[in-house]
Amino acid sequence: MDLLGYGAFFLTTALIFSLVTLGLNLQWGLTGLFNVGLAGFVAIGAYTSALLTTPDDAARLGGFGLPILIGWLGAMIVGGVAAALTGIATLRLKSDYLAITTFGVAVIVQLVALNAQKLTGGPFGIGFIPRPFGSLAETPLLFNLSNLAVVSAVTLIAYLALEHLSRSPWGRVLKALREDERAAISLGKSARFYRVQAFAVGGAIMALAGALQAHFTGFIAPDNYLPILTFQVWVMLIVGGSGSNLGAVVGSILVWAIWVGSGTLTSVLFPPEQQARAASLQIVAIGVMLCIILLLRPNGLFGDRPLHVRFGKQAKVVAGESSPGS
Amino acid sequence: MSETIERQDEIRAAVLAAKNVVRRFGGLVAVNDVSFDVWPGEILGLIGPNGAGKTTMFDLLAGSILPTSGDIFLNGVQVSGEAAHRRIERGLGRTFQIPRPLPNLTLIENVMLAAQGQAGEKLLANFLAPRRVAAEEKAGEKKALELLELVALTHLAHEPARVLSGGQRKLLELSRVMMADPAIILLDEPAAGVNASLLEVIIDRIRDINARGITFLLIEHNIDMVTRLCHRVLVMASGQLLCEGTADEVARDPRVIGAYLGGAA
Repeated sequence: MDLLGYGAFFLTTALIFSLVTLGLNLQWGLTGLFNVGLAGFVAIGAYTSALLTTPDDAARLGGFGLPILIGWLGAMIVGGVAAALTGIATLRLKSDYLAITTFGVAVIVQLVALNAQKLTGGPFGIGFIPRPFGSLAETPLLFNLSNLAVVSAVTLIAYLALEHLSRSPWGRVLKALREDERAAISLGKSARFYRVQAFAVGGAIMALAGALQAHFTGFIAPDNYLPILTFQVWVMLIVGGSGSNLGAVVGSILVWAIWVGSGTLTSVLFPPEQQARAASLQIVAIGVMLCIILLLRPNGLFGDRPLHVRFGKQAKVVAGESSPGS
Repeated sequence: MSETIERQDEIRAAVLAAKNVVRRFGGLVAVNDVSFDVWPGEILGLIGPNGAGKTTMFDLLAGSILPTSGDIFLNGVQVSGEAAHRRIERGLGRTFQIPRPLPNLTLIENVMLAAQGQAGEKLLANFLAPRRVAAEEKAGEKKALELLELVALTHLAHEPARVLSGGQRKLLELSRVMMADPAIILLDEPAAGVNASLLEVIIDRIRDINARGITFLLIEHNIDMVTRLCHRVLVMASGQLLCEGTADEVARDPRVIGAYLGGAA
């Protein structure tokens, strides 16, 4: 019974990661936007929903005691707007420059969460975030299974919606921008407009994931949103296969299993005084797994495009572009 | 005064018109005070030695870059400051000197992408009006297949575009740009790097498409192709328009010969 309960808890967390990865897949896998600041959007979602739904607290702004669903909706809106603004601010940036900028956004969000005590509770975070099935907390199994049911439903809806979109003409435009922005523009597609949309929709999904997580743990703090979160999600997408929504979900579950498994293993194998250092082995385990996957299946488990060919073509196109024309 | 009015009438009748277009890159004047008209239904050639400013002129016409001064008119409408993606909506399609297929999209996706005003390209329409989107997609697919048939690529319709040879990529670009129902197509060196038999196919297809009433402006170094296809030829050298006429006329023009031999203008 305990194992079942733990399994449900594990899957809940893994599926919340899946949701973040699905958001990233829309931005990177489909559109080619190098967002390494996703932890920031997850944090924005978590804090927004926490502020909206927690009971009134004299020490900080709010909480407003609103229903949980309003909190989730609010998280998506604020996360989507923040991502859209990031998209607008970075319209002219590509690849590595975009990466550095989005990374900066995440660092800023995390620092605001840490220091704006009146808004976010500062380093102490926000507690007493209402749980959807708080009344069931007495029976952990039921509580965990209910949580899993809700997260599964949300993830399934997001998955189906994103699948529908990636096969739609809208998704086709995003893929075209990923492949060759100039060609897509010559065919009448506004690169700017679609980039901002991909940022916004992806950011909203990430924020929703942050909100879900906040409501299942009941407590959030700035430390939850460090760059390691971004790293984990990127590994999940790469392992699952960039461009594939199914890959995003499967990759998340797999990587989370390795993360948790290696954590358990180190806690068993190492004496207590070595635990803190041994925890780094988790990151090593993930790194090794990433290397193996990239060697055996460079496109990830379900990737939709051969990366080496893509990069080869891009190199050629760039070379062609810089050659003097007539 | 009457000259100005005459010029304005010409601009109105032309599919595409350039008026005193200048483009500087730092100290280099890549296009220097170039004016010309492209008449409905014609195939107009644009030739000149390397570095003459032909591709820059194309980029200016297509909106990839904006002119330093001067105006560009598309079907009589001033479009000089308009972004590239807006110009294809107005009927100006282009292909590239080095073809730009979307390598990991299938051929049919490549072509379907180019249709203008698709409802399904709006995010919410995919959820709010799925039937309309599906109906448009079906019609788009049918049209895309017809266009792929026109360039004899139907058998590869569901393959990713990266499998195509250089010449096939040019044909794909041609069918793709046709999907947008353009009034005029700018072709940047359609013959470059294409083998002789495929070149015949490309020439035939351009003629077929032209017979449907679509105007062409093409940059080409292959003089044989220019002679066979173009009704009229413009010659550029050192950023300026040197002369215009039929292919035979410009080939005999001593200024043109001088430009090609290095003693430009």
